Amino acid sequence: MSAFQYTLAVVAVVSLVTGAIRFSPFLIFRKKTPGFVLYLGKVLPFAIIGMLVVYCLKDINFLQGSRGIPEAIAVLATALIHKWKHNTLLSILIGTILYMIAIIYL
Amino acid sequence: MKQAWIASLPVMAGYVVLGIGFGIILNNNGYSWIWSTVMAITIYAGSMQYVTANLLAKGASLLAVALMTLMVNLRHIFYGITMLEDYKVAGKEKPYLIFALTDETFSLVCSPKLEEGVSKRGYYFWVSLFNQLYWIFGCTIGSILASAVNFQFKGVDFSMTALFVVIFVEQWESQKNHLPAITGVCASVICLLLFGSSDFLIPAMILITVLLFVEKRWILSESDDKTRKNQEGESE
Repeated sequence: MSAFQYTLAVVAVVSLVTGAIRFSPFLIFRKKTPGFVLYLGKVLPFAIIGMLVVYCLKDINFLQGSRGIPEAIAVLATALIHKWKHNTLLSILIGTILYMIAIIYL
Repeated sequence: MKQAWIASLPVMAGYVVLGIGFGIILNNNGYSWIWSTVMAITIYAGSMQYVTANLLAKGASLLAVALMTLMVNLRHIFYGITMLEDYKVAGKEKPYLIFALTDETFSLVCSPKLEEGVSKRGYYFWVSLFNQLYWIFGCTIGSILASAVNFQFKGVDFSMTALFVVIFVEQWESQKNHLPAITGVCASVICLLLFGSSDFLIPAMILITVLLFVEKRWILSESDDKTRKNQEGESE
């Protein structure tokens, strides 16, 4: 598979799965939605966001380079600013800029 | 149409900025702006597009991509179930309404406060369309901007991490029962240590699903409140 074909395939898969999820209630769950789907739909988002945070930080090496210090600073700053102001864009902006500065100096 | 536009203004700010962030990341990964536009049109799911950019860069398998999409976007099922009845007013545009039902769009269509004489059908359609146009605009502009200034925005990909940290904090504060969130983090860390950073995703997703079923009675006993789901509207 060429790089172009691979990209196309990935975009197609993500589009199709996302579309299938959005259409499924209108097509198959019109009468009754299985209990386990309802349950997963309800609790999965909380677990998956936790997983995605870990996923984002998975390549940190605590023994080499900056030892994950820029990430630790930026994650903490993002979380604290968000707890304080509850402004999504502000938190992301400050966290990201802080990170971009930190990786230059650390 | 006017009401739909006014209602969608807060989403415009969020979508344009997040879209620009996505466009920059995709451009940094070496993809032309056309891909950014294509993804904004065909995928149209904020956090999943960020993850897709990352999966592409890592060369993830199509199976991993499919599973990841399923897990990240499964919550959209709720939006559909909620709108089953309301969207019956729609005609030819109904497939588009369903396709475009993102977190933000759902937050605007689930309980709209419409003035007298404004048709729900028109409102649903225009809100859905406006929101996606903002998103397409943001993704495209971000990508073009990044290629135009020809500057390596080193570290800008942290915006994806920051986005998820923000959602994590929002969700944490909206819930009394933190078991699902803790499960997600712990299961992922365990699988990361066991399988290594390039292979941990699929085991983590399986472990999380299994654990959530095992913990079902503790999770349901404390928080059985579906309305909280609606508060996640701002998450993407």
